[in-house]
Amino acid sequence: MTQFFLILGVGMCVLVLLCLYRATYGPNVLNRAAGISAIGTKTLIILLLMGVIYDRIEMFIDISMVYALLNFIGTVVLAKYLETTGEASC
Amino acid sequence: MLVKDVICILLMLVGFFFFTTATLGLLRLPDFFARLHATGKGDTLAVFISLIGLAVYQGFSLTSAKIVFIAVFMFLAQPTATHAISRAAFRCGVQPWTLMEGGKE
Repeated sequence: MTQFFLILGVGMCVLVLLCLYRATYGPNVLNRAAGISAIGTKTLIILLLMGVIYDRIEMFIDISMVYALLNFIGTVVLAKYLETTGEASC
Repeated sequence: MLVKDVICILLMLVGFFFFTTATLGLLRLPDFFARLHATGKGDTLAVFISLIGLAVYQGFSLTSAKIVFIAVFMFLAQPTATHAISRAAFRCGVQPWTLMEGGKE
């Protein structure tokens, strides 16, 4: 079962690298924000898989909860900032 | 191998499939709104299914209750974030992609 979680975590890391392409070479800042949001969502699952693999999920679950909150607040604040300043030109 | 292990493996594999489709949509679709359409819905469903799978693997405890709380929170927060960033793009004048005549973008 640990081996299954390890393989799944490695596959999730490959998906994070694919999303990093959009976060790096995105045509404007909005595409980069969308890529970073997708990366944060996958990182949540990777953190929980690490907790299951290391058998210390009671600690990792709190980190994962805080990460979910920070990802949501960061995306919303970035969207509000770009909307008010109007810097998101295509 | 227990029954909960089988259920956990099935749910995690389905979640990984939806993660893969969302990432491919984020990479390959032609427009910003289309990319958000792929990653907004696909990532939400994938996170929900993966977290439910992990909660089934943990059994009935405080940890699984926290995992279910994270799943419900992500199910509410992810569409909100997607809508906020999509509204910012629309108000800043990003034009949606349409297929012009002649096959040109």
